[in-house]
Amino acid sequence: MSESYEPVIVGFLCNWCSYRAADLAGTARLHYAPNMRPIRVMCSGRVEPDLVLKALREGADGVLIAGCHPGECHYVEGNLKALRRYVLLRRLLRQFGIEEARVQLVWASASEGTVLADAVNRMTEQLRALGPLRWRQTVLGGNGHQPEDTQASAASQPAMEEAVTP
Amino acid sequence: MTERVGVYICHCGTNIAGVIDVEDVARWSSEQPAVAIARDYKFMCSSLGQELVEKDIKELGLTRIVVGACSPHMHEKTFRGAAERAGLNPFLVEMANIRELDAWATDDKAAATHKAKAMVKGAIERVILHQPLESLVVPINPNTLIIGGGIAGITAALELANAGHHVYMVEREPSIGGHMAQLDKTFPTLDCAACILTPRMVDTGQHPNITLLAHSQVEAVEGYVGNFTVTVRKKASYINEELCTGCGICEEKCPKKVVDHVFDAGMGQRKAVYRPFPQAVPKYPVIDRDNCIYFQRGKCKACQIFCPADAIDFEQEDRLLQFEVGNIIVATGYDPFDATRIPQYGFGRLANVFTSVQFERMVNASGPTGGRIVLRDGVTQPQSVAIIHCVGSRDENYNEYCSRVCCMYSLKFAHLVRERLPQAEVYNFYIDIRAAGKRYEEFYHRVMMEGAHMIRGRVAEVTDAARTTDEEGKLVVQVYDTLFGEQRRIPVDMVVLSVGVQARHDSREMAKLLGLGCDFSGFFTERHPKLDPLLTMVEGIYVCGACQGPMAIPETVAQGAGAAARVAGMIGQGTVVMEPIKAHIDADQCSGCRICNNLCPYTAIVYHEDRNVSEVITALCQGCGTCVAACPSGAITGAHFTRRQLMAQVEGMLWDVRTPVEA
Repeated sequence: MSESYEPVIVGFLCNWCSYRAADLAGTARLHYAPNMRPIRVMCSGRVEPDLVLKALREGADGVLIAGCHPGECHYVEGNLKALRRYVLLRRLLRQFGIEEARVQLVWASASEGTVLADAVNRMTEQLRALGPLRWRQTVLGGNGHQPEDTQASAASQPAMEEAVTP
Repeated sequence: MTERVGVYICHCGTNIAGVIDVEDVARWSSEQPAVAIARDYKFMCSSLGQELVEKDIKELGLTRIVVGACSPHMHEKTFRGAAERAGLNPFLVEMANIRELDAWATDDKAAATHKAKAMVKGAIERVILHQPLESLVVPINPNTLIIGGGIAGITAALELANAGHHVYMVEREPSIGGHMAQLDKTFPTLDCAACILTPRMVDTGQHPNITLLAHSQVEAVEGYVGNFTVTVRKKASYINEELCTGCGICEEKCPKKVVDHVFDAGMGQRKAVYRPFPQAVPKYPVIDRDNCIYFQRGKCKACQIFCPADAIDFEQEDRLLQFEVGNIIVATGYDPFDATRIPQYGFGRLANVFTSVQFERMVNASGPTGGRIVLRDGVTQPQSVAIIHCVGSRDENYNEYCSRVCCMYSLKFAHLVRERLPQAEVYNFYIDIRAAGKRYEEFYHRVMMEGAHMIRGRVAEVTDAARTTDEEGKLVVQVYDTLFGEQRRIPVDMVVLSVGVQARHDSREMAKLLGLGCDFSGFFTERHPKLDPLLTMVEGIYVCGACQGPMAIPETVAQGAGAAARVAGMIGQGTVVMEPIKAHIDADQCSGCRICNNLCPYTAIVYHEDRNVSEVITALCQGCGTCVAACPSGAITGAHFTRRQLMAQVEGMLWDVRTPVEA
């Protein structure tokens, strides 16, 4: 880990609450860590595990998923679907040897710019402490967490049907 | 790769350029594959900025546009418009929000510039895979459904009907009027509720543009903005409305008396065939099947025998009506807090503890006591009355929020007691007095001047266990007076509990029926708490009045009129443009597993048993993408948020740290 290590976080923000929370954080000039690179999705329920794994595989050190508070989802309950997937996804990531702090789910309503900014700051600090993910070593072998073949197939084809069963 | 991408980086004056090295980002962008031109400009959203984009599309043959500027919620429409004017499909534009999400969120210039490049690169990779989409233009049915016939719904209905639009009003009780019809006087002006409400009820009932469906409930709502199909259950009233003249002889002759728990809040009685109150609209009574002697024991029919119009029809059944509307206004109102939930206040156990709704009926001149303030025995006038504020409100055990109306109606009660029983003492027990409203504070002052005692403190209990002879035969209010700083016991004859405002007990069912959101307390959520308080998250469905949160009559009326204005605006528009962000199932790839069927909150996915495939009904789909994410076969595509587009955006965004697995 170099001394200037800055973690890279991919943030999936739902269009209605969290993205607007991020907009608000900016409008209010709330300064927070510039480590999160945002991607807008219509709903946190759209964030399939594939996208999270893709981001980690492509070099992100962490993934932040942000949605509306339970009960306030623009699409009624998409955020709850995201929550279910997230719980299963974390279990899978644990088996890959990926620390839990690397994938986080937060609720931030359109008025909670501070909540989103705090989440990004907190996660950046946590990832800084954890160091780079090094997907290839961690997941594809080298560190010997898992037998080589299952990891490779899991990494190249992370379809995860079991994680999406409602 | 044949796409030609134009990248435009906005300075936004110094808003962006002050933090991000925009020239560097533009220069760097121009070196990216597929980028034909990259520019930076002072204000991209200005007409000159837009013309720049238009000119480049035409002259350089650009096929995709990336604008690195502000939030898409701010100017996506602007740049989509520019593209469209230059002949490019508007959905081939992508914005990188380098202002709100980058320049404004940090002062680290190097990091901000680096992040801007990642965001722009993500947008470039994504936009290359964009597909041209066509917005859907659907006509708006000019009819409107209003659910709830309280003052909110009545106001909205009359506004729309007077503007020439047809309204279907569905009310579940036998009469419209809602809670306001139960009230005696209204604060702070003390004008009589019935005097101002009943003319509007009559107008609603007689208006040629209003179809009034009382004693009815909305059973199903299908469709989308502009085109809802509504199914309403008109419950059997056992009265033929075409023959009934509303003379009231059936009520008179009915031998069965029932305690009226709805309109009179348990204070009065009604018959088994009844109208909730004399000024009811519509004028037709209903037969309460559970209490009707004929329905329970098979004989009686007194009403039928005496009805001069031959309008009693014991064979009547529920009818299901179906009609089309373009917009829906939800005005379902509130439930009063159930005072039995706080046992230490004694409601339901101690006879002379009343709820505010009961007291309201009692002081009403047409109420069960004819307006006399008396104890439960019906004759004794109380010499002292305690009014306890915040019952069920501002209490984390019940409802955390302030119900907003209780302070003022409690003060009104204090005034009415002093007015009708000048010898009686009145004690108001309050936490804070919230008199924020036009002429509210003045009213508070007036009531204090009239001699009402104000005691600050949350009441611990109301008990009939006397400790001294003074307390014998009285109700004792035990309270810690936070101004005196001591425990006090105040013996009184009558206690009134100022119950708060709650969401309807079945508001979540209504929310589910309509696809609305509810907050933790069960009130419907508006699209934006400040700037869009009437529209819900569902396009074409509006909320007004206390179903959205506690509010008094003036705000409720304002919201009702506001919702009507919004609907009238939609009707005036004639058509509505719908974003083509919809899911689509590839039948060849669908395995028929049906996982997506139950995930869709809009039941927009149907399953075809014969072909063993699921299909998205485009008109119902709201585009959340939950099904897209869940499909194990990858058979569902979410337009404008496809798997490939998002994957490409991830790749582009991580251009600097990518460690390609294939390598």
